[in-house]
Amino acid sequence: MDELAIKIEHVSKQYRLGAIGGGTLKGDLQSWWARKRGREDPNSKIGSRTDLKPGDKFLALDDVSFEVKKGEALGIIGHNGAGKSTLLKLLSRVTAPTSGTLSYNGRITSMLEVGTGFHQELTGRENVYMNGAILGMTKAEIDRKMDQIIDFAEMRQFIDTPVKRYSSGMYVKLAFSVAAHLDSEIMVMDEVLAVGDMAFQKKCLSKMRQAATQEGRTVLYVSHNMNTIRQLCSRVIVLDHGRVIFNGEVEKGIAVYMGGDTDMHSDVTILPYMRTIECKSPIKMTRFRTNREDCTFPFGSVLPFELYVKSDDAAAHECYIRAIIHSMNGDAISMCNTERAISIQPNGETAKRFRIDISQLVPGDYYLDISIFEVGALGAQERFDVIQNLYRFRIIETPGFNLDKPWYPAGWGYINNGVISEL
Amino acid sequence: MENNSTQQFSTVIVPKTRLLDFHLKELVRYRDLVFLFVKRNFVSHYKQTVLGPAWAVIQPLLTTVVFTVVFGRLAGLAPGGVPSFLFFMSGNIAWGYFAGCLTSTANTFTGNAAIFGKVYFPRLVTPISTVLSQLIGFGIQFVMFLVFLVIYWIRGTVQPTLYALLLPLLLLQMAMLSLGVGVIISSLTTKYRDLVMLVGFGVQLWMYGTPVAYDIGIVPAKFLGLYMLNPMTPVINTFRLAFLGLGSFDLPHYLLSWAVTLAVLMIGIVLFNRVEKTFMDTV
Repeated sequence: MDELAIKIEHVSKQYRLGAIGGGTLKGDLQSWWARKRGREDPNSKIGSRTDLKPGDKFLALDDVSFEVKKGEALGIIGHNGAGKSTLLKLLSRVTAPTSGTLSYNGRITSMLEVGTGFHQELTGRENVYMNGAILGMTKAEIDRKMDQIIDFAEMRQFIDTPVKRYSSGMYVKLAFSVAAHLDSEIMVMDEVLAVGDMAFQKKCLSKMRQAATQEGRTVLYVSHNMNTIRQLCSRVIVLDHGRVIFNGEVEKGIAVYMGGDTDMHSDVTILPYMRTIECKSPIKMTRFRTNREDCTFPFGSVLPFELYVKSDDAAAHECYIRAIIHSMNGDAISMCNTERAISIQPNGETAKRFRIDISQLVPGDYYLDISIFEVGALGAQERFDVIQNLYRFRIIETPGFNLDKPWYPAGWGYINNGVISEL
Repeated sequence: MENNSTQQFSTVIVPKTRLLDFHLKELVRYRDLVFLFVKRNFVSHYKQTVLGPAWAVIQPLLTTVVFTVVFGRLAGLAPGGVPSFLFFMSGNIAWGYFAGCLTSTANTFTGNAAIFGKVYFPRLVTPISTVLSQLIGFGIQFVMFLVFLVIYWIRGTVQPTLYALLLPLLLLQMAMLSLGVGVIISSLTTKYRDLVMLVGFGVQLWMYGTPVAYDIGIVPAKFLGLYMLNPMTPVINTFRLAFLGLGSFDLPHYLLSWAVTLAVLMIGIVLFNRVEKTFMDTV
């Protein structure tokens, strides 16, 4: 029987949308007084029950249960807002669950954000003590590890300089190094690998793999980058809207996360929850439509689409549209903008038709992000609305493509750059 | 899997804790962090100031001079028998420690939201280290006070008493009281930001309800019962008795002030425990 490191039983976490309470004592007293007298709460929001309004309750995690064995490297994947970060926050005890129990053995090092508690005025060495102590090490432990930490961060020359003189790369390297050298039984990580240069990232990855495989430590890793999930994890959990929808083999989990064909829609109505980046602006995209029912294009095509934009502003705006194409791994592949600004009708809906050249994309599945922005008088771009993973489409092979052999994206990339011409 | 369900875990996280869950063991384990915070507070406080820790002396010294002139000379609120300069200085540095602790611990949750939101450590570490950091400042001021005390003592105008041995107890009480009030405020400020406004001038008002800038002798006898409910009054009085030989030791009221202190601290920690688990969702 394998020993368990973490056990999570029926955990839910509820948040209230919008501002919590009145924020002021007066507001809460008002609500309390109204309740006492059986009147309607003057601070409650009026609105239909069908869609989520501020003040409504929202389950970021909904009855989540799973177990992690000792020495296992578990990947947690899911779209934005699926509850991954909430889960890690609960595990690292930053906040408490609304119901359910989380149990674990040993210490958890959370690397939700490295460099926590670093103080600008203190030297690198002092900050190592500070950061280490915040992460739960005693001074004696840090003393023992100090040399290893400094060497791992490759910072021996600068260790006695105040960190305010560090470059951002040095700062992060040192911070990661402290976290990586903790003697904790469980490591919780949220995309910390996006730090430092390539060489350092490789070093971090191998350090974490070593932690899991050789030192018998348990690793929980959250990422949108499927490549690092593949490299590091032995099992994945897929979260969707606060629920565990898959628990098992890495490749299968990634396939579930990619969603099979279920999220291929040729006509997408844009709902508020689809916005992962909030922009305060009166201009919002409302609908995206293509004429391809199956969202599938042969290699060498163009992608025509129709975009509906709604403006609540009395002034007319001249906006640009930007399209970013992502691979299923989440890597951005290409970007294009409209050639000139598009006129957006004031106080109304504008429908425009566009076309993107996708003729060089190799066969496979892709996501399209669309954003709308304005270029100010000084050339600054102001984003009005961004929808990530708005549209998923598929490119299929045409006869003669790549000499009728399958394309190998991991080694060749996603762009077919034509042919080598003989001169 | 059947066996797994009975496996013992070292940490179990549940939605709510018992009312009095102090995690004392955990606090002890994080003692190094307390000292590092103290060091950080001290270093960062005086970094890039020309006078450095001298500021700890300048501020109470000038306040004392102002008090001596305004409340002593002009308003005549100083008692006879002891040098009014020492009278006001003793009140000032004792109150200064209390007020400093209170205002900075009141800021615990809102001021540390960034760090609390990322990692877990016993949250009580921060207010405790704040109270200890303030002790350094008090130490410096107390040395200054002792210098003046010795000068006046040689001149024979002041006579310290053996009650001076109570100093650690007085400091402990001020630390506990300010910690208690501070964490109550900081726990409530996670929801009600109004209290932030209140702290600054609330402390000011409290000072005028405590015999800092005047002698307790001017308080009318009929209000004295109410007046002595303020736990800081016996503390300041005892402090002055100890070093200036002023007044006499009032055991019943001293014990009462301890009772109030302990009650406030208790309420503070209970509130703090309730808030610390979920304050990240509301702050």
